[in-house]
Amino acid sequence: MELYVSEFSKYVMALLIALYTYECFAVFRYEDEERRNGMYIRQNLLMFAFHFSSFLVICFETGDITYLFFYAFQEIILYAAIALFRMLYPKANRLIVNNMCMLLSIGFVILTRLNFKSAVKQFIIVTGSLVIALIIPFFVHKFKFLKSLKWVYALVGIAALSVVMILGQTTYGSKLSYSIAGITFQPSEFVKILFVFFVASALYKSSGFFEVFTTAVIAAAHVIVLVISRDLGSALIFFIVYVLMVFVATKNFLYLFAGAAGGSLAAYIAYSVFNHVQIRVQAWQDPWSLIDSAGGYQITQSLFAISSGGWFGLGLYKGTPQSIPVVEADFIFSAIAEELGIIFAICLILICVSCFIMFMNTSAGLNDKFYQLTAFGLGVTYIFQVFLTIGGGTKFIPLTGVTLPLISYGGSSVLTTLIMFSVIEGLYMIKQDESELPKKRKRKKQSSNKKRRVYADNEEGYSSISDDDEDYNDKIGRNFEDE
Amino acid sequence: MKTNKNNKPIKKKKKKNREIMLVTWGFTLLFLVMAGYIAYYSVTHQQELINNSYNGRQQMLLAQNRRGSIYSADGNILARTVVDGEGNEKREYPYQNLFSHAVGYATNGRMGVEAQANYYLINSNAPLSQKASLDVVGEKYPGDDVYTSLDVELQEVASKALGVYQGAIIVTEPETGRILAMVSKPDFNPERIESIWDDLISDSESSILLNRVTQGLYPPGSTFKIVTALEYIRENPDTWQNYSYQCTGSITRGEDRIQCYHGSVHGSVSFSKSFAKSCNTSFANIGLSLDRSSFENTLNSLLFNQELPVAFTSGISRVDVTENISDADMMQVSIGQGTTSITPLQLNMITCAIANEGVLMKPYLIDYVQNSAGNKVKEFSPSAYGKLMSKEEADILKQLMENVVEEGTATRLKGLSYTAAGKTGSAEYGTVKGDSHAWFTGFAPADDPKIAVTIIIEGAGAGGDYAVPIAKRIFDQYFNS
Repeated sequence: MELYVSEFSKYVMALLIALYTYECFAVFRYEDEERRNGMYIRQNLLMFAFHFSSFLVICFETGDITYLFFYAFQEIILYAAIALFRMLYPKANRLIVNNMCMLLSIGFVILTRLNFKSAVKQFIIVTGSLVIALIIPFFVHKFKFLKSLKWVYALVGIAALSVVMILGQTTYGSKLSYSIAGITFQPSEFVKILFVFFVASALYKSSGFFEVFTTAVIAAAHVIVLVISRDLGSALIFFIVYVLMVFVATKNFLYLFAGAAGGSLAAYIAYSVFNHVQIRVQAWQDPWSLIDSAGGYQITQSLFAISSGGWFGLGLYKGTPQSIPVVEADFIFSAIAEELGIIFAICLILICVSCFIMFMNTSAGLNDKFYQLTAFGLGVTYIFQVFLTIGGGTKFIPLTGVTLPLISYGGSSVLTTLIMFSVIEGLYMIKQDESELPKKRKRKKQSSNKKRRVYADNEEGYSSISDDDEDYNDKIGRNFEDE
Repeated sequence: MKTNKNNKPIKKKKKKNREIMLVTWGFTLLFLVMAGYIAYYSVTHQQELINNSYNGRQQMLLAQNRRGSIYSADGNILARTVVDGEGNEKREYPYQNLFSHAVGYATNGRMGVEAQANYYLINSNAPLSQKASLDVVGEKYPGDDVYTSLDVELQEVASKALGVYQGAIIVTEPETGRILAMVSKPDFNPERIESIWDDLISDSESSILLNRVTQGLYPPGSTFKIVTALEYIRENPDTWQNYSYQCTGSITRGEDRIQCYHGSVHGSVSFSKSFAKSCNTSFANIGLSLDRSSFENTLNSLLFNQELPVAFTSGISRVDVTENISDADMMQVSIGQGTTSITPLQLNMITCAIANEGVLMKPYLIDYVQNSAGNKVKEFSPSAYGKLMSKEEADILKQLMENVVEEGTATRLKGLSYTAAGKTGSAEYGTVKGDSHAWFTGFAPADDPKIAVTIIIEGAGAGGDYAVPIAKRIFDQYFNS
């Protein structure tokens, strides 16, 4: 019986996630959330089916029925997250919420399988984080002063990173975290968000050479502190996010090229100066000759895992993902590929891409440049981190040791990602408001012309559409399709 | 009308978002490439990685499945795992020493088919119902069985014919690349591998564990004249038949002197006769006339100095021919002496290509893999590596090799129920003059080759005297039974 369940469930899970992934991209066919409704509901059903069948297998494989309680708690939290977001923020984007919950449920399943204690701890942190995440869209939506806190973001960010640099503990060759009352924090995770807000607030008004230069100095300060802390993965994320945000703010390809050149130079210097960078690059080029050393061992064990599962995986508990060091954090993708299969793993990648496209869609649809840059920066932060961790664990790129957002074990990582997702939800609501705005404005036009000044940040966008406002909502989004 | 009015703002929007679109598509593309890479990597490395000794998953599979059996082409068991009353597993090899290198062993490392097919043997594709009932009684699942192309009777004849000599024999089908027999001596009993392991390892002199067929590197001696002849024909496609030479038993260039085997003097020889009689001085003379960079290309096309296209471990044959090779070295190379070395496997592959109109079929040992219910899990079909030479060139070489049997050094194969073709060799080695390995490589029937045989007997003497009779016994077994 157990055998039939585990064999059969492999195909069921692959099918469920494949269908889910299909819906992730099918939603982009329609613009308004109303018409996407059916897809969202199907996604929720598929997610619950996946979650249920996974825990069914876990119970059968372990012969321990208590997992069902854990399952029930997870189910409640996931359902509550979906329902509360829908209730509190009817204008929020449901694809983002669905994907967030789907990724969380995949994380719960694989963590439960790998290490029950970590899974419980993670579950508690996720529950707390979801409560925080639930109120954030409100603040983002309402608090207009966020764009004026430029120096606060920069100072808090650099200060937090510096504290780690000075006090931090060493984990796997980098100083990343410090503990307060037994809880370990990894500030570079949170500072990512502050950093995006800083760059957006510094460049939204004008992005001439002077602004770019001053932000570059602050950005460089972040990156240098991280490099000294030997957290090269985060340093790389900050750098890429900065370069791409400048590119979007200035619309100037020269900055992109300058960034690429500067990045290559910095990478070369890091390679020459840091021994552990050299080891990672060598382990990437030829891990097999370094299989006995720490650098090569991790990646080769990860490759064993990825190559052993085949299309449908070995099935939960049928593989040996624990043979990979830090599998729960940096190599969780390899564990998923081994036990749930390559099809599942690729669908997971596509779900992340679907989140990213929705983030970019949100950014492109925003008229206010500050919000636009913020959404863009957070989207790039997210997808680039996914790229680093999956690419690093599969020998696509050198290993940098970052977590897979929402899936890996790690409280700071999951809290930060949930905040990012909910900030984007807030921005999405602003986007919805903006697109309804012209209607309101037309009405107000007769009564008060002064009010108009409030929205003067973006003259270009509004003046061009002010005389024709109907269906503007459709147009903003649809240009993604037309492109 | 409404759509017309809408057009303008949409265009403006597009322009505004161009940078965001660019980044979006850039990352999406990057992720698609990465997903493709991951799928490709995992599928193409599945077998290779499971065999890595650092991969713990192998132990997991061994704990779950009982290693499958290895069969000959005619269904005889070559290796199987049996369980005694206490549940201890033991690997049995019913033919003992006979397939020691071909089938190999599975403990103390792995060799032969046991190594090559390890992935299949330790995985189980048994039907779910069988697995479920085995779960109930707490037994392991049966691993998949591997069916090889090996022929027990041919292997027995070859092994007996080689007798107490050290050496190697390989028998293949030129049309498919299937390996029918693979004998390497000295051999050992794979069942006793654990108890004899230390002796095998410490005995550096006779290297018993080395599979001489695939990894033994020998001076090719006169069998290499096939290669020299091919190059001469390539360079002189219309005039090679006009070649003639006066053999006085030796040829000298400066200090260096090449002699014919055992001091023979062949007198006036044509190209064909030089080949049939294996005249060293004439071939040294031919070698001196060759274009060296063109020769280098021919050697590359015949897979010298590179990995062979086979799925099992094999040695790399070596020939040093460069633009500025000296005349003395060139004479040595032309007759297969000097630093030149070759594996019997590679000589067999070249022979097969000649027999198969120039096309080399990749040699292989495993026909198919079958689960415990008798369903094929994986089938290996013949695959061509490519053309090593043109059909015309292959036909000329075939004719030359027929003449070796007809009037040359392999006349012991003459006048049989089948017509054979081949080339002998007596490769000198070491410092003592006259010590030589006996070689024969050839195929039969000459007009429609069914099998190709390559034989080397270490230190036996002349190829025509020692290797050709063994070829005859193998051909006889194949064609007369």
